[in-house]
Amino acid sequence: MKPGSRIKSNACDTEAVIIKYTAGTIQCGGADMSEAGGGGAELSADFAGGSIMGKRYVDEAGTIELLCVKPGKGTLALDGAALVLKEAKPLPASD
Amino acid sequence: MNIALLLEMAADAAGDRVGLVCDGKRWTYGELIGAARGAAELIADSKAEFVALLDESSEASVIAMFGAALAGVPYCPLNYRLADADLGALLGRIAPALVVGDGERVEKLAGGQGHTVYPRGEFTLAALEAVANPDAVYDAGEGIAIQLFTSGTTAAPKAAILQHSNLVSYILGTVEFGAADEAEAALVSVPPYHIAGIAAIASSIYAQRRIVMLPAFAPDGWLKLVDAEKVTGAFVVPTMLSRIIHAMDKGVHADISSLRSIAYGGGKMPLELIHRALDLFPETGFTNAYGLTETSSTVALLGPDEHRAAHRSDDPRVRARLASVGIPLPTIELEIRDEEGRVLGPNQPGEIYVRGDQVSGQYRERSALDAEGWFPTRDAGYLDEDGYLFLSGRADDVIVRGGENISPGEIEDVVLTHPAIADAAAVAVPSVEWGEAVGLALVVRGGFDHPAEDEIRDLIRSRLRSSRVPETVRFFAALPYNEMGKLLRREVKVMLAG
Repeated sequence: MKPGSRIKSNACDTEAVIIKYTAGTIQCGGADMSEAGGGGAELSADFAGGSIMGKRYVDEAGTIELLCVKPGKGTLALDGAALVLKEAKPLPASD
Repeated sequence: MNIALLLEMAADAAGDRVGLVCDGKRWTYGELIGAARGAAELIADSKAEFVALLDESSEASVIAMFGAALAGVPYCPLNYRLADADLGALLGRIAPALVVGDGERVEKLAGGQGHTVYPRGEFTLAALEAVANPDAVYDAGEGIAIQLFTSGTTAAPKAAILQHSNLVSYILGTVEFGAADEAEAALVSVPPYHIAGIAAIASSIYAQRRIVMLPAFAPDGWLKLVDAEKVTGAFVVPTMLSRIIHAMDKGVHADISSLRSIAYGGGKMPLELIHRALDLFPETGFTNAYGLTETSSTVALLGPDEHRAAHRSDDPRVRARLASVGIPLPTIELEIRDEEGRVLGPNQPGEIYVRGDQVSGQYRERSALDAEGWFPTRDAGYLDEDGYLFLSGRADDVIVRGGENISPGEIEDVVLTHPAIADAAAVAVPSVEWGEAVGLALVVRGGFDHPAEDEIRDLIRSRLRSSRVPETVRFFAALPYNEMGKLLRREVKVMLAG
């Protein structure tokens, strides 16, 4: 689980790249994520909020950051706590 | 994370959308990633340690950049305008490379160095024809993505390196994925070996803003391309903007009403020129970007609203902001420090230091970062009380006269208020008495008589301290600039010594 690695949901189509990681288990749709993915886990109704392509997800404490590179039906989470969208202030194009 | 993922994401989300227009040909994101994967095969087969570009911008430069990234080989676009001896030396520093572009020149200058050469058209064709292995495992992006030789205006070129992580941090921190609507198009006319050219490709692709490439800048061609492709945004260096306005004044006709934004940087923007541009393009949003190769492009910017506010304002403090490079990006830290490394407060001039994930500060030979990860930019400047950053030249350009630091800019700004002076450069000249003294190279405006040297000295004496009065004043037909409009102070020194 090191920065730069790509992980996949075992409960939906979601794929994410790890931008920042400190500790804990990364989950999506209620199931642990893995590099292989495709584990066929059932999507948990409590974690079915969906992931959005190109959005960054963080925890409240700022210990983790994921970039969604493939969207899916599951909610990204760390140790059972749903991650939230990282809102960035839009900047004018500068190059 | 590998920078090629930026293109892969655009292709996954909008594979059929046009991402690049060059020489009349249109490339979708799907075609570009396919070609980049083919290029990665060619690169891996060549055993090259670098992928170099010796060519103008084209589809091949985009394919080479992302192909190199997938193959895990640094991409190193070279300045094709360099003299043979200088270019030969740089080719020697990256051998063996897969070189895209001018094969004859590579053969002539570096024939025995083991390079693999593909002329532009052959490279594009070979990349399209190469069969990418569907199970290919591409580079994880933990190493070097880009190597750029600095322009070397003050010394020999340094090999600045950008990690994948630096460039990715910059893009993720400043660009919203897929934020551009279908109509948006960015005109890219900076050379491919400039950081602004690299950043423009990466940020436009991630935003899904169509890139309209102008391989060789000419003002007429620029205006016509804005019209033909309904370009909505462009990055220019100040000299380009000056030449575009000049062409419009001369009556070059083009409908440029689609142009919603112009970003500029890479050199000092004359105040007169930006005021003129704001009047001439009343509906266009201007953005001034300050950045360096070593910082993965922009670290501070002055946005469109701030431009208009400063342009309209009667408050001298607000108006002065037009001469600033704006506010540091929220994703980086920026400090002004004195020569002992102490952090300075508002309005105190010193050296600009930056820190952040996008800041590399690494050269092939050494790291310029300090123990806490701060990068000394060697740019001099100050932050005002509202946090706006003002530049006052390169720290290396400071003239040290008898222990007193003199910024060339303050003298140049005063001299340029003289109606007969079109251009000015103040540099250090050797002085027996002071160690260094001020030398002034001037260009007389067409139609004006030569002002007397003493008239120039009196003007400076009336506005600045006597230490700023030049020891040497000489007139020249023109001052030396590189193709990006950067004044070559090294050469000015030689001219004044001659």
